Amino acid sequence: MSKNDSIGKTLLVAFALCIVCSVVVSTAAVMLKPAQEANKTLDRKRNILAAAGMLEEGASIEAQFAQIQTRVVDLRSGRFTDAVDPASYEPVKAAKDPSRSMNLSQQEDIAGIGRREDYALVYLVESASGDWDKVILPVRGYGLWSTLYGFIALESDANTVAGLGFYEHGETPGLGGEVDNPRWKSQWPGKQVYRDGEVEIALAKGSVNADSPDSRWRVDGLSGATLTSRGVTQLVQFWLGEQGYEPFLNNLKAGEA
Amino acid sequence: MMTMKETLVTPIFRDNPIALQILGICSALAVTSSLQVTMVMCIALTSVVAFSSLFISAIRSQIPSSIRIIVQMTIIASLVIVVDQVLKAVAYDISKQLSVFVGLIITNCIVMGRAEAYAMKNPPLPSFVDGLGNGLGYSVVLLAVAFFRELFGSGKLFGIEILPLVTEGGWYNPNGLLLLPPSAFFLIGAFIWILRSVDKKQVEEPDFRIAKHTTAEEGA
Repeated sequence: MSKNDSIGKTLLVAFALCIVCSVVVSTAAVMLKPAQEANKTLDRKRNILAAAGMLEEGASIEAQFAQIQTRVVDLRSGRFTDAVDPASYEPVKAAKDPSRSMNLSQQEDIAGIGRREDYALVYLVESASGDWDKVILPVRGYGLWSTLYGFIALESDANTVAGLGFYEHGETPGLGGEVDNPRWKSQWPGKQVYRDGEVEIALAKGSVNADSPDSRWRVDGLSGATLTSRGVTQLVQFWLGEQGYEPFLNNLKAGEA
Repeated sequence: MMTMKETLVTPIFRDNPIALQILGICSALAVTSSLQVTMVMCIALTSVVAFSSLFISAIRSQIPSSIRIIVQMTIIASLVIVVDQVLKAVAYDISKQLSVFVGLIITNCIVMGRAEAYAMKNPPLPSFVDGLGNGLGYSVVLLAVAFFRELFGSGKLFGIEILPLVTEGGWYNPNGLLLLPPSAFFLIGAFIWILRSVDKKQVEEPDFRIAKHTTAEEGA
């Protein structure tokens, strides 16, 4: 038996190696943390801007985000609240915590998210006059393989879509993954959400017939991706509906939020 | 004994880790749908193989043989975590697309294979070069696969449009299969075929031959 194989040497090598490696790993993690956090925030802001159709490539994200105000909304009452700090609040995490979310019955849960958080973050885009111009709402729901996470932006009438975009999903590339296609996304601006107080907006099967009376509420379906299309329809309908932001949007329009 | 240059160049075509040894296939399937992401993955893997070989080789005479595998794993895992952290800090978008596959470099057979087969028996500098060579061999295959997958799957190279797609008003109807992982099997297969047609030495001896059909003799 060589001297390397003694119990003492084995323990010594294992111990020394663990110390060295853990120092290296933790140094890297601690030193890079600020840059990673900054990246994460920047990425979220970019997604918000992109959904609202306000993203200008090349310009500073921070500067573009300056006119956007982050607010917390109590989804139960549909009013602004200061119950949580918008800088550190994570809605998706809160939705898993029974004390900060509500269970959705099978009928209510058309988006397939299981639970809905009590507080949501919304982003108000200020206009030159100091009033709000657009409102950006985070949405999520189940498609075919994965939960899609995105934002939908509405104009100041709280009815006309200003943009929709997803920043995270795992749908089939080339089929459901076409939710990222700029041409498809470009159909959303200008569409109407509500008809007689009900959420009407949906993806059509195939392409939208421009002559149909419903065409203001319809967006082309994704070809070859029936289930992803259905998922997108349902998540938009859920979040803009009764259990989602509808009460808040009504209050906001009336100036009572 | 191979010279330094041979150590570096041999794994690229003559003894390619993917094409000849058929190692590290899983990430070759998963991350090759776009060239940019593939490029980052290749840099990450190459640096992990090179540096893990260097460090393992540097302490090879001190490693007790009973725990050598776990010692190698610890070094590899630490390097992978460092690479992952660096990617998250400097190339956030790409690290998001690579998701778990950077972490999975730990289990990439090429890394362990070089540590066990080469770094444990050779001095640090040749081990580093050997790791670099194998990383490059891996990169050549991945970049070739990614080139075809991105060009014919989404009509782009490095995200820049080359073939305008029908869905965006152009003429090219993309091949959807190329965007799915299994398509990499066909491309890697083709790559191996071409490589072995050029370099006949890589063709393996068949494990067995089917015996000729015989009939029983009369009266036997």
